[in-house]
Amino acid sequence: MASRSADLKVEGLVKRFGEVVALDGVSVDIASGELLTILGPSGSGKTTLLKVVAGFETPDAGTVRIDGKDITAVPPARRDIGMVFQNYALFPHLTVERNVAFPLEMRNVGRSEIESRVAEALGLVELKGYGKRLPRQLSGGQQQRVALARAIVFNPRLLLLDEPFGALDRKLRETMQLEVRRLQRRLGLTTIFITHDQEEALVLSDRIAVMNKGSIQQIASTTEIYERPANDFVADFVGESNIFHGTVTEVGSVTLESGRRLLTTHGAPVGTRVGVLMRPERFGQGVNSFNGEVREAVYLGSSLKLRLACDDGLELIVRQPVRGPLPATGTRLNVAIDRESIHVF
Amino acid sequence: MTARLRGFWPAVPALVLLFLFFLFPVVRMLGFSIEAGTLDWYAKALGEGLYLQVFWNTFEIALLVTVICLLLGYPLGFLIATTTPGWATLGFIFVLLPLWTSVLVRTYAWMVLLGRNGVFNRWLIASGVISDPLPLLHNFNGVLIGMVHVLLPYMVLPIYGAVRRLDPALVAAAEGLGASNWRIFWRIYLPLTLPGIFAGAVIVFVLSLGFYITPALLGGGKVMMVAVMIEQEVRQTLNWPFAAALSAVLLVLTIGVYTIAQSVARQEAQR
Repeated sequence: MASRSADLKVEGLVKRFGEVVALDGVSVDIASGELLTILGPSGSGKTTLLKVVAGFETPDAGTVRIDGKDITAVPPARRDIGMVFQNYALFPHLTVERNVAFPLEMRNVGRSEIESRVAEALGLVELKGYGKRLPRQLSGGQQQRVALARAIVFNPRLLLLDEPFGALDRKLRETMQLEVRRLQRRLGLTTIFITHDQEEALVLSDRIAVMNKGSIQQIASTTEIYERPANDFVADFVGESNIFHGTVTEVGSVTLESGRRLLTTHGAPVGTRVGVLMRPERFGQGVNSFNGEVREAVYLGSSLKLRLACDDGLELIVRQPVRGPLPATGTRLNVAIDRESIHVF
Repeated sequence: MTARLRGFWPAVPALVLLFLFFLFPVVRMLGFSIEAGTLDWYAKALGEGLYLQVFWNTFEIALLVTVICLLLGYPLGFLIATTTPGWATLGFIFVLLPLWTSVLVRTYAWMVLLGRNGVFNRWLIASGVISDPLPLLHNFNGVLIGMVHVLLPYMVLPIYGAVRRLDPALVAAAEGLGASNWRIFWRIYLPLTLPGIFAGAVIVFVLSLGFYITPALLGGGKVMMVAVMIEQEVRQTLNWPFAAALSAVLLVLTIGVYTIAQSVARQEAQR
């Protein structure tokens, strides 16, 4: 399948529903062939953003550009964007084949070409031989694949996926995630993937845009988002975290509100108010050491999760490899973390 | 006693009522038609051209009424199902209000509106659209207008239901995949609301077959439908056995239409 992938540039989007501000000045750039995940809790505006890009909602302000061309006022039918809906939205009265043929028929493609392109698309999603079935005769995962085939069969300029795996069980979801990734790379399709599942976002994306309350909190690579979140929300929403606030008292060190001084590697000037993030799995050896009492210990199979009440009042979540029996509640424990593992923002 | 039978008892009063006031009179009526011990009255009903003509007329009118109701009812049901809640409520009031009004009252209202000196004709003449009054009452036109008005809600409601049941995401999907409004209608709405259309059409058609008051009053004796003919046999010629035979034929035809429609619907559903 030839790729017609385009780049997308969204600028200053504002959308209000009565009193509710669903989009509060959203700007995103997506390069051709890139997969961007928009990650956010429900109500963060991510679905509204997708609808504006697809053309189902008109923004109150801002522009949507595909390959530099302003399409903000173009109706959805003429945007050439493939979309997979949350509940697939397969046409129940049409067979798998006819569902996938639909966008081609709408473009008045010739019958023989439709046939070969439908077969090709069904092959890509590994559904050869299912063409004559009706959607209701397929499993959830298969329906998902049909929806995907229908969204890519007409070589869209952009592929939008709106929490497509929400209804699938965990195993199937992981398979589908990898499959979408494989397909997207192979076709070089510019793709926006919406999810509230941070793990899914980490698996799939080139870059992640974290949204909250109608605005984008941070757009960065997956490692950047996880290791160097821009603010409390991102740090808290993506992964487990210990977040504290403090002031830079000398370069390379932060004094927390509890009075504790942490040695870090940051370069913020003295006097700056900063946030401090320590990921639970980063505790091990290091210059910053914490003494405390185990409040709770949970066995997670591959690791132990401990809630540690430190002597200076801090409470830490710590993950440790499983060594010997579970520490009992009340056990005294010392944990440490090195400078490099503390992220200051 | 099994659980299934225990559920039977609460339904007994209604069943007794149905037996006494529905099944018994029907059987009694069928009895009238063969009282003489012969099927002569049936031979007359089905053998004489005049009566066959009336049955045929009735079918024609019922079909025409159904088609007109569909053409008027689909856009209306569609509109009510897809508009904002406020407008939908208003639409419902307009559709349901006539349904709650007596057919007799509505029919007399049409007589006031449609007569030679009725409201419509006076308007049309006063506004210069026509110079002579249109023949709207005491003929085929009058019967058609009256019946469509009475039966329209039975078409609108199932269609409304079918459109409401349709997942809006399907429409959005079709739009996103490049379908124009016209094609969304033909490819998505129409096939997916077909069961509603079918249900409405069957109800309207079956009800039309037995219509009496509207054709009797608005037809002015010139439009003969089976129910009107039966009434004449009962009241004017006092030929009860023949009236009973005509009724039986109408009943069988109606049940026949309904049964065929049901089996078609079932086949469609299984497809």
